[in-house]
Amino acid sequence: MSVLTKHLDLFLSAFGQTLQLFAISAVLSLVLGTLLAALRVSPVPVFRSIGTLYVTVLRNTPLTLVFVFFVFAYPLLEIVKIDEYTAAVVALSLYTAAFVCEVVRSGINTVPVGQAEASRALGLTFVQMLSNVVLPQALRSVVPPMTSTMIALLKNTTVASGFAVFQAGNIRESLSEQGENVLFGLLWVALGFVILVMPLTYVQQVFEKRWSVAR
Amino acid sequence: MSMVLFDVPGPKARVRHKVMAVVGIVAVLAALVYVVMRFVTTSQFSARRLDWINYKQIQLSLVEAIGNTLSAFACGAVLALAFGAIFAAARLSDHAWVRTPAAVIVEIFRAIPLVIMMFFFYYGLPATGVKLSAFTSVVLSLMLYNGSVLAEIFRAGINSLPRGQSEAAYALGMRKTQVMTLVLLPQALRAMLPTIISQLVVLLKDTALGFLITFEELLRWGTRIGGDAPNFGRPMISVMIVVAVIYIGLCLLLTWLATYLEKRNRRNKKVIHVDADEVPEMAAV
Repeated sequence: MSVLTKHLDLFLSAFGQTLQLFAISAVLSLVLGTLLAALRVSPVPVFRSIGTLYVTVLRNTPLTLVFVFFVFAYPLLEIVKIDEYTAAVVALSLYTAAFVCEVVRSGINTVPVGQAEASRALGLTFVQMLSNVVLPQALRSVVPPMTSTMIALLKNTTVASGFAVFQAGNIRESLSEQGENVLFGLLWVALGFVILVMPLTYVQQVFEKRWSVAR
Repeated sequence: MSMVLFDVPGPKARVRHKVMAVVGIVAVLAALVYVVMRFVTTSQFSARRLDWINYKQIQLSLVEAIGNTLSAFACGAVLALAFGAIFAAARLSDHAWVRTPAAVIVEIFRAIPLVIMMFFFYYGLPATGVKLSAFTSVVLSLMLYNGSVLAEIFRAGINSLPRGQSEAAYALGMRKTQVMTLVLLPQALRAMLPTIISQLVVLLKDTALGFLITFEELLRWGTRIGGDAPNFGRPMISVMIVVAVIYIGLCLLLTWLATYLEKRNRRNKKVIHVDADEVPEMAAV
């Protein structure tokens, strides 16, 4: 307990940074992932294969490798200089976008073909069909897995601790520099993550129960 | 492929799609050309920067690094599967005093980031006098985290089986253990095999987190050779491309195994086909 109370500032600012990193990467990966999903369900085969290629490559690459690429290898190309924080955001967003894309795509695919066909037969335009018929139904099957993807993103922000980006994963470093007991510090960090993740898991389970409609 | 959103294209739409396809190809080619130009102008593939491939010692160390990654994967996978099986069985137990602690442990280990677990084993435990090697820390963390996820997968698989299976087995006079091991587990394993293997892909990718606690695996090898400025002038790009290709290749091999098994399952009459809706989505990130 003394570790926590003595270094409360450190813990709070570190977890604040974690949440900030999480929020920025979550927004970016949701936007990029949705765009990729649009590519993957588009009627143009080339767009579909571009989306598939991106998802296959990023899903099979370790996140740490993406980090290493953007922190150590990318600067050698001398394109645009980015600091470590931006590199971490880019790596997390690009990596998570592949998973977001898969979630959105499989959500759209769970809507039976007849629904879209029926709305077209009724004369709805593409936008009307999407916003009134397909997406509301897709949303039900998207939200629970999307929550777990976001939980994974929150936990993945700790990978940044190997790349000089200050967040909850670095509490250990700061504590050991001050000669504190690292063991208890890490236990508090773990507890912090449990506290952050548990409500999200609960929300996910509630959605899953409430929205699992019989089709 | 998904044709939910669009009708079969007519002549106008087909022309439009062709135009869009050309635009898409041009955009991708432009991006590729730009990247290759950056590679060339910063001379990432000069003879000096590719020289590392020629050294026998480096080749041997690459093999050793791949070996380290694979052995961490193998040990982690076996232990995680065992951990998952035990805790899935515990969570399905009829006794609340077994069920509740197992549920709490599984939920907690699923919520803690792997990096924090690795730090705990590698940097935290020495304070209590227990000194673990980087390899052991990586394997233990992989076991605890992926084992918990696998426990949930096993449990979901067993729960998704039709209730008639266990009822019939009980009606035949089987005991609880027999019902589980002879009737439920074999079917659940077959039904969940693709999900289990995609979790093993996650485990393989997560071995790269050992990089953060100085475990000498493939990625660490890559940063060591790639950061070698005096001998090779920092060949980070070429080395990282090799490392990425190896990782992606290994993961794709596992993924293909999963799709192959899924296809074989679909033809196999012994497998009970559970609705995808009944199996909760496990985001394998």
